[in-house]
Amino acid sequence: MIAAFRIPGAGRLKQAETTRFSFDGRSYAGVEGDTLASALLANGVHLVGRSFKYHRPRGFLSAGAEEPNALVEIKRDAARKTPNVRATVQELYDGLTAQSQNRWPSLAFDVSAVGDIASPLLSAGFYYKTFMWPKSAWKNLYEPKIRAAAGLGVAPDQPDPDHYAARFAHCDVLVLGGGAAGIAAALAAAETGVRVILADEQADFGGSLHFESGAKVDGQDGFAWAQGAVATLKAMDNVRVLSRTTAFGYYAQNFVGLVERVSDHLPNPDRELPRERLWQVRARRVVLATGAIERHMVFADNDRPGIMLASAARTYLNHYGVAVGRNVGVYTANDSAYAAAIDLKKAGVGVAAIVDLRDNPTGPVIDEARALGIEVNFGRAVIRAGGKLRVSSMTVQPKNGGGERTIPVDAILMSAGWTPSVHLFSQSRGKVVFNDETKRFVPGIYAQDCVSVGACNGTDGLSATIDEAYAAGAKAAKDAGANTVKGTKPKVDASESWSRGMLGAAPGAGPDTTVKAFVDFQNDVTAKDIRQAVHEGMRSIEHVKRFTTNGMATDQGKTSNMHGLAIAAETLGKPIPQVGLTTFRAPYTPVTFGSIVGHARGKLFDPTRKTAIHPWAEAQGAVFEDVGQWKRAWYFPKPGEDMHAAVDRECVTVRKTAGLFDASTLGKIEVVGPDAAKFMELLYTNPWEKLEPGRCRYGIMLREDGFIYDDGVVGRLAPDRFHVTTTTGGAPRVMNHMEDYLQTEFPHLNVWLTSITEQWAVIAVQGPKSREIIAPLVEGIDMSDEALPHMSVREGRICGVPARLFRMSFTGERGFEVNVPADYGEAVWEALWAEGQKHGACAYGTEAMHVLRAEKGYIIVGQDTDGTVTPGDAGLDWAVGKKKTDFVGIRGMARPDLVAKGRKQLVGLKTKDPKVVLEEGAQIVGDPKQAIPMTMIGHVTSSYWSENCGRSIALALVAGGRDRMGETLYVPMPNGTIEVEVTGMVFFDEKGERLNG
Amino acid sequence: MAKAAAKKSAVAVPPAERRPALAGQELSATGVTLAVLPPAERISLRAPDASVAALSKALGVTLPRKPKTSAAKAGRTALWLGPDEWLVIDEVGKDPLADCAEVTALHSAVGISHRNVGISVTGPAAAATINSGCPQDLSLDVFPVGAASRTILGKVEIVLLRTASDAFRVECWRSFSDYVFTFLSEAARDAAA
Repeated sequence: MIAAFRIPGAGRLKQAETTRFSFDGRSYAGVEGDTLASALLANGVHLVGRSFKYHRPRGFLSAGAEEPNALVEIKRDAARKTPNVRATVQELYDGLTAQSQNRWPSLAFDVSAVGDIASPLLSAGFYYKTFMWPKSAWKNLYEPKIRAAAGLGVAPDQPDPDHYAARFAHCDVLVLGGGAAGIAAALAAAETGVRVILADEQADFGGSLHFESGAKVDGQDGFAWAQGAVATLKAMDNVRVLSRTTAFGYYAQNFVGLVERVSDHLPNPDRELPRERLWQVRARRVVLATGAIERHMVFADNDRPGIMLASAARTYLNHYGVAVGRNVGVYTANDSAYAAAIDLKKAGVGVAAIVDLRDNPTGPVIDEARALGIEVNFGRAVIRAGGKLRVSSMTVQPKNGGGERTIPVDAILMSAGWTPSVHLFSQSRGKVVFNDETKRFVPGIYAQDCVSVGACNGTDGLSATIDEAYAAGAKAAKDAGANTVKGTKPKVDASESWSRGMLGAAPGAGPDTTVKAFVDFQNDVTAKDIRQAVHEGMRSIEHVKRFTTNGMATDQGKTSNMHGLAIAAETLGKPIPQVGLTTFRAPYTPVTFGSIVGHARGKLFDPTRKTAIHPWAEAQGAVFEDVGQWKRAWYFPKPGEDMHAAVDRECVTVRKTAGLFDASTLGKIEVVGPDAAKFMELLYTNPWEKLEPGRCRYGIMLREDGFIYDDGVVGRLAPDRFHVTTTTGGAPRVMNHMEDYLQTEFPHLNVWLTSITEQWAVIAVQGPKSREIIAPLVEGIDMSDEALPHMSVREGRICGVPARLFRMSFTGERGFEVNVPADYGEAVWEALWAEGQKHGACAYGTEAMHVLRAEKGYIIVGQDTDGTVTPGDAGLDWAVGKKKTDFVGIRGMARPDLVAKGRKQLVGLKTKDPKVVLEEGAQIVGDPKQAIPMTMIGHVTSSYWSENCGRSIALALVAGGRDRMGETLYVPMPNGTIEVEVTGMVFFDEKGERLNG
Repeated sequence: MAKAAAKKSAVAVPPAERRPALAGQELSATGVTLAVLPPAERISLRAPDASVAALSKALGVTLPRKPKTSAAKAGRTALWLGPDEWLVIDEVGKDPLADCAEVTALHSAVGISHRNVGISVTGPAAAATINSGCPQDLSLDVFPVGAASRTILGKVEIVLLRTASDAFRVECWRSFSDYVFTFLSEAARDAAA
């Protein structure tokens, strides 16, 4: 069964191939190759949406990507719902389900359409003026009601089940746009052998050849020639042809973003296929062949369903075989609408009249229209359209006034002329220039290695277009390095040509009128709104745009910008170039979040780094915490234990016997070279020259401003080799900091830095029994206190594998850190664990590690320091080499503010009630009875329950803290004020005897 | 007591088992195969121009001087990473660190055998797989066999070496290997397109 408006034999689709689809719950038949738009039109459906602000009924304006009105929701299943799909570009597939948007309860009867009647209240700048006050209306009216009434589709509410692919690509010549110009340019470039990518947003190549019935190339119909040429290109090894691919952004140095729609057009896509594929292409040369977009006429009620661009009606007829009406009117200010009228008339569609705003145009199309018996009216305007859900008439008047005549029609085809698509050119930072004669902006000054050809360059006529494009393609290839051009230029046998047209409001929609003559359909901006913006003081086109929202909808003003500009210029009394054009921004058409995100979701959202020992900890039931990208074992609960109980047990066990801790994530840098010690002297506050090989030192690194940047234990392995450790989170930035100074400040030093963080798995064994646990597994290292005192390092073997054994402690207990090559980490851990079990040792996590170090007053950079803490503030003056004359931060440390009295200093805090554990970050005051806001003199940086101390402990930064020892301070909290006593930072084993215990 | 414990340590213990990350993982897709490569000996070598000849001799492979190149001999490959930086990979179990230890000319050699994991990407769609997350031009003209580069894949750093016209070696840090292998697996699904 053929649909009512499908003309047998017309168009290029196989009309026998039926495809079922539904729109708003009603079932229809289309044919293979249809778009949703052409299929609906074939069934006589024009009403497909409601407008953004006034909820006016809307139909199809166009047959392409510029469509502002026909936005629908496409639903495949509960999770696959895509709002705001332009029906004009959505390819039909069997079973497609579409729904109209922005209407309630139904498309034909929308209660919000009262907005149309109340429209004087919704004029330009409505949003800015209305939402200022009253404040309470935000909650009760603006957000829930007005936001709901305005707007487009509804965002999907389930996770996107599809996947998206991504590809970087390089080529010599990237051709954007696959109409006649793009194909000719691609052919010329491809024939030289250089790498070419040709992309077009449509399913089929050909661009305007889709509708130009008068084009003949190489003896064939233009569209057929295009298909043949593209087949030739596809067969070439050096060419990649991408259809359904939109170049949405043109970035620096010929970097272009394109989205390829891979499976949205398929009835039952293979789920292995990505939904879309993002192409990020770097091209030596870019050829822009992006064509031109027809403009509508700006007259009263020009938005009624059934009123559309002449080229759209022609596309529906010549490509899809669909008549957009049975009795159409034509309203034009240039020749191209005549071609549409002629094609329709020849196909048997009634053409009621052509209304031409021009006074006495001449030319072959006008003669042909007359010869076909079409009524042609010159010097007349359509001043109004009749009908509501569908246009029913057009009212015609001589353009300078006079008698009106109403002609019944069921569609109006309009053309105000063509706007070159300079979007991508403008995004490339090229500057457009206004051609006063043709009234259009065309590419002027180029900012990148690109060239515009054909309609987007203001070139008229197929012959001139192919000449220009072919030459440009060949030149682009040559500029990109090709040396032979051997192809033949396509020969144009017949072509259509039109230019000129008009900009701005047509008669009947002038300054003295209050009619709704739409400039921007999607944002409901009328000619009157633009004028009002100027009257209210907007002078710059950028202000007019923002005040009216003209061109700010998802179609980015593809049909509206030039009209809006012309009306603003006229109202301002200035020539168009002086008012200027708004900036074109990416994306050219809307881009899904999915395509931008690509693979970066789920497991690939961000790398998850795990240590070699991670599987063991996981098997033991460890709870992990995120530290940067690392997963670290937080604590190891035994059955029935909560975090508190587990941490208490771990802390006690370490001090009683021993504990094993995975310290692999600590940053590690090997500093090697004859000047290694000199470099260390410059990067750290401590002295290093005299540190003997085999010994370690706790080092502090400052920034230039004198504040602590990082810390860690450094072992000297040899006179020219240091093993530096950093904090886990600080590893990359410390490496960068060191490399930066080495390359820019100290390039004279013979020293190199290598990250060895991941070379070594690190197992800390801490506690009184630590030596007994390690010793049986060690070869070649004397572990006696005399041979291996606290803060020393030896190289040898553990469990038969190479090891760097550090004697060091971050718990205050006798302790060791066993470094073994990472692949051996887990097995060595297991061996140490087995030994540890003999002594009752435990595995402990980062929480216990934090508590144990706090019991000893050891700081954590980034927790007890915040980038404004000096070594002096942290009580680490002892780690600053007194005799040193230079290191990074030495001058910063001497700044008056940094040596002033009363600076915040790190101290210990003991709550008067030992059971109360302070909150980290809590503020500290001297007098709890003072008026609010109180003077805050510091804050808690670390706070824990210490089972070993039998009480809570805390570290805090307090102004003049070290002079307040024994003082009582106060921590005001929501549930009452907590009394604390200022103490030293060491809560356990103050004399430090256990390091050798 | 302490000394006794120290002495006891001289007793030989069974050597620890080596457990490389992602050992043996493989994936096959249309046009591309991924495989985690066996462990190799690796060093990060840093040296000024004047030391290059001596180091080349000791290593038995001429250190390349041109950006984005590598040199290979007898199972040992030296990849140019910077004007004074090379990654040396030995796949036949000979330790380049030991070879460099003999060299008195100024240099820094640091063992990183366990820091890196190697993944091979082979097949006609190998380049497309890598180009899913790597912005480099991997055409044979621009990135020929033997070309090497420190670059990115998705969100992480990799070192890329072309070992044949349709084969690459991807080197990454151990803890990033899961991300890299997963990324390449995802990319492989689409690489034949």
